[in-house]
Amino acid sequence: MERIINREALEKAREAARKEVESSRCRILICAGTGCLAGGSGEIYKRMCELVAENPNVEVHFGDGIAHGEGDIGVHKSGCHGFCEMGPLMRIEPMGILYTKVKPEDCEEIFHRTIEKGEIIRELLFKQEGKEYQRQDDIPFYKKQTRNVLKNCGHIDAEHLEEYLATGGYKALEKVLFEMTPDEVIKEISESELRGRGGGGFSTGYKWTQVARQPEKIRYVVCNGDEGDPGAFMDRSVMEGDPHKMLEGMMIAAYAVRAQEGYIYVRAEYPLAIERLKKAIAQAEEAGLLGDNILGTDFSFRIHINRGAGAFVCGEGSALTASIEGNRGMPRVKPPRTVEQGLFAKPTVLNNVETFANVPMIIQEGAQWFKSIGTEKSPGTKAFALTGSVKHTGLIEVPMGTTLREIIYDIGGGIKGDGTFKAVQIGGPSGGCLTEQHMDIGLDFDSLKKIGAMIGSGGLVVMDNNTCMVEVARFFMNFTQNESCGKCVPCREGTKRMLDILERIVSGRGKIEDLDMLEELAGMITDTALCGLGKSAALPVMSTLKFFRNEYEEHVIDKRCTSHTCSAMKRYIISPDRCKGCSKCARNCPAGAISGKVKEPFVIDADKCIRCGACESACAFGAIHIEW
Amino acid sequence: MGYMTINNRRVEFTDEKNVLSVIRKAGIELPTFCYHSELSTYGACRMCVVEDERGKVFASCSEVPRDGMTIFTNTPRLQHHRKMIIELMLASHDRDCTSCAKNGVCTLQALANQLNVSNVRFENYKKERPKDTSSDCIIRDPNKCILCGDCVRMCEEIQGLGILDFVSRGSKMHVTTAFDRPLSATECVGCGQCRIVCPTGAILIKRDMDPVWKDLADKNKIVVAQIAPAVRVAIGERFGLPEGENVIGLLVAALRRLGFDRVYDTNFGADLTVMEESKEFQERLASGGKLPLFTSCCPAWVKYCEQKYPEFKDNLSTCKSPQEMFGALLKEEARANADKESRKTVVVSIMPCSAKKAEIKRPEHFTAGEQDVDYVLSTVEVSRMIREAGLDLSNLKPEAMDMPFGLASGGGAIFGVTGGVTEAVLRRLVGSHGQETLEFISSTGIRGEDGIKEATVNLDEREVKIAVVNGLASAGKLLERIKAGEAYYDFVEVMACKSGCIGGGGQPAWRSSKAKKSRADGIYEVDRTSQIKISNENPIIENVYNGILKGKIHELLHTR
Repeated sequence: MERIINREALEKAREAARKEVESSRCRILICAGTGCLAGGSGEIYKRMCELVAENPNVEVHFGDGIAHGEGDIGVHKSGCHGFCEMGPLMRIEPMGILYTKVKPEDCEEIFHRTIEKGEIIRELLFKQEGKEYQRQDDIPFYKKQTRNVLKNCGHIDAEHLEEYLATGGYKALEKVLFEMTPDEVIKEISESELRGRGGGGFSTGYKWTQVARQPEKIRYVVCNGDEGDPGAFMDRSVMEGDPHKMLEGMMIAAYAVRAQEGYIYVRAEYPLAIERLKKAIAQAEEAGLLGDNILGTDFSFRIHINRGAGAFVCGEGSALTASIEGNRGMPRVKPPRTVEQGLFAKPTVLNNVETFANVPMIIQEGAQWFKSIGTEKSPGTKAFALTGSVKHTGLIEVPMGTTLREIIYDIGGGIKGDGTFKAVQIGGPSGGCLTEQHMDIGLDFDSLKKIGAMIGSGGLVVMDNNTCMVEVARFFMNFTQNESCGKCVPCREGTKRMLDILERIVSGRGKIEDLDMLEELAGMITDTALCGLGKSAALPVMSTLKFFRNEYEEHVIDKRCTSHTCSAMKRYIISPDRCKGCSKCARNCPAGAISGKVKEPFVIDADKCIRCGACESACAFGAIHIEW
Repeated sequence: MGYMTINNRRVEFTDEKNVLSVIRKAGIELPTFCYHSELSTYGACRMCVVEDERGKVFASCSEVPRDGMTIFTNTPRLQHHRKMIIELMLASHDRDCTSCAKNGVCTLQALANQLNVSNVRFENYKKERPKDTSSDCIIRDPNKCILCGDCVRMCEEIQGLGILDFVSRGSKMHVTTAFDRPLSATECVGCGQCRIVCPTGAILIKRDMDPVWKDLADKNKIVVAQIAPAVRVAIGERFGLPEGENVIGLLVAALRRLGFDRVYDTNFGADLTVMEESKEFQERLASGGKLPLFTSCCPAWVKYCEQKYPEFKDNLSTCKSPQEMFGALLKEEARANADKESRKTVVVSIMPCSAKKAEIKRPEHFTAGEQDVDYVLSTVEVSRMIREAGLDLSNLKPEAMDMPFGLASGGGAIFGVTGGVTEAVLRRLVGSHGQETLEFISSTGIRGEDGIKEATVNLDEREVKIAVVNGLASAGKLLERIKAGEAYYDFVEVMACKSGCIGGGGQPAWRSSKAKKSRADGIYEVDRTSQIKISNENPIIENVYNGILKGKIHELLHTR
């Protein structure tokens, strides 16, 4: 792309891009988010490209910029649409059709029927409660959402700057550079009351104000893309699906605090996000939107990408900056805070991906607009990764204050299969559980804190009655212990001991005193751990203990797991009235746990039994069954 | 500057950098494992947690004092948390206390006792890791490590080496060397500063007590002790004597009772070093030799220079260190008297240092195929031997050293403190010998605790630029500046350990910088009260130059 040297040139470039996008007779957007790629969308993209190429009637330049010229068909890889449950997804514009669960062999039919003739292939449409949905926007999953941050995800080709420009991209940057002073930018962000989407919910405007106030003139803007919560992928989707929006947010932050360099710290497990960001940065540099004298002003800014080394703890601010510096990723004591001495001991704005992606919209639409969404203390929207026992898993964005009920039933389509709702785990390993009683509480930073959970980075794992809450607690404690940096004693040793106890309980060796010890350890860890991750490490256990203490007690007293999850609680029983005394089970038992006299009923010694099930499958009379 | 309320009492604070310091100033000894005023604040042990009036718990080591702050240091909640933290540490610790070298001086043990931890409710889950005994100076026992990171920060921040660091995460985290190499295969200089800060028995000095005991009992051996300057002002601490008190007479008495045949003063060896080093410096100045001249008394520094800055190897003085000069002299004397004395002479150096244990094994410290110094015992080892023999230093009557090598100048004595070598050499080189000159030299800026001290002195019409380096990290900084042409010096003294040998890795661990200051005062006291101030005025020196050393000066006293 030609270098954009001033404001006028940017508007021209935007206009040109818009015309080109609009001139396409048809745009085929194939989801190239990580989920759909894993489902084979790469193959689908290739097949569609071939089909378009085989068609001699139209001249197209697919995959290389947007489609050019009148009557073209553009085939594009888009970012994540969010409806991952139904992937691979294909959106066809201008009709706005969404085809779900597309397979490479469907491509030919799609091309010849839908693209050429405009027919709808009903088998590929999304159906819910007997109703077919042609247009993506009508699907309840999307209709109930407010997609601001994720607006472009799935709708534009994330690999091309022109596509972003066509949607009005970099208008906010233009506005701040030519119409606002840095202080005005900070004022606008402060007034919007935007709070950090990474989990803490700290005021973004205040953070920027503090950095701008430092006497030190070398300053950094760092974007936290180290999304480590199990099951969370909001930030990944933004980086993959709309990288320029985040870059624009970083540039605005840099302008506001007068920073010269920016770093994006991305998980190494996000290769696609890294690739797309690299491309986006290269394109922005080429276009003169990054580098020296951006748009002809005296604002200069550069962005570097730093790949994480696979540690969850590097999502913590001071561990993240230590990692960029090449040191071991361990949180350090504060003060000094990151805003005073962050990266390379310089004042640093550290925000997460979603926070930065909110910034251009706030600048464009104004703080008041932003505050009109969400709740009073937590304005705006929040993206969540909705997973678990819900019908429509995927990536969603809703106004802050939306209730769990709306998310699970209206957007998520309710509980999968014939299970009943039990709980939602929110905030990953730092969060807690919400139960039926919390269904109608609006989710925002403060309401969740009140009930002992946190929004975290936005993972929502829905659990039904087949989920064992003790096992859930064990899972998160295992994660936390493995990912603890090991620095402070409470987190390193305390979580290890909590994990030991939980492992004991799920393996049927728990004692009732163990529950007291869990609480004792949890209290100590929460009070004394060094960093935020440590302080919240015990939350999953504390909240499950609070709301599901009966399950713990069943495990330790009755040695029962009512959700039939903890296999150690299984009992293989031989029904005396069905057993013929053939001894086949005993001969097949690898643990020597079955004994008896031939022609008389055999018995299983529960202490010796390893619960492998060999006896059950060996029995020809159906005399062996499982009791929980 | 302001006031805060600690346990309902008003406490003033001035320039304390954290709440912990204010609490300690108020007379409350809040326990810590990972807090050392010399090192960066690490905040990992969480023992120093306090509670504010709203019940917020935070670590006092990492909180800045604010006017009007209200804190409590000993609420039941905090007591519980501290006990539990200790309990958790003990649970994953090799609790073989009775046979641990740190038994009785272990911080973990002391705090467990102080906080009345009476029950450990968890099993040790840790897999036993092998001890690293590869180094001549230091033993690492990972099973005793509580991961406070003190050694890591000491090695990195003060010594600029970074030999040790953390590996792995969560409960698998441990401290080790790069690629888990044995310490002997790393660039560890053996300074032992890691051992000084280690609160448990995870880092220890290598012990050489057993072979010395054996030789002491051997009728066919004459065992000669030499005592380094810094030992006499530190060993008393181990016997409840005041910090920094010069107990040389008591130490001599004790060593005789242990069976040492002769007890000599390494200060005499230092006098020899002053003679040789001054001469070398004068020659280099006169002949345009390689400058700056780096001192070579400190083996940790010598190893550091050779490894990290081999381009400066020729700048190192060719002089042996005091203990080695002295050892070579003693062995030479023994060889000369071999026809009259059939017993074999064994030289044992009593040193404040762990690196000296490696120095004696270097090939340049062998003469006629014989090791010049046979054993190095650290201050701590000697205090243990004294106790093992059932003696208490404080109950003995002081005795004088053996002659002739029990006589030394004040110049030799001050080798034990940073800047001392430089001061002694300047005394030798500056023409006049009056009190005024001595005072002038001591006030040039070479004394004191700064990392890099600079002075300019006129010697024979020439302005001589001097630097005194205190701590290895500062040495690295200085060498980089010299390399970059940003600084020029004629003479550079380097002591690897902060404060000099009084802060050596073989000394009793000090709890505050005040203890080290007392030791330095003790050393200067030795100098102030000695009749001879300048090395060349020591009459024994002249004797040996005209006697044993005749024709063998270079062979015996220099490394190359």
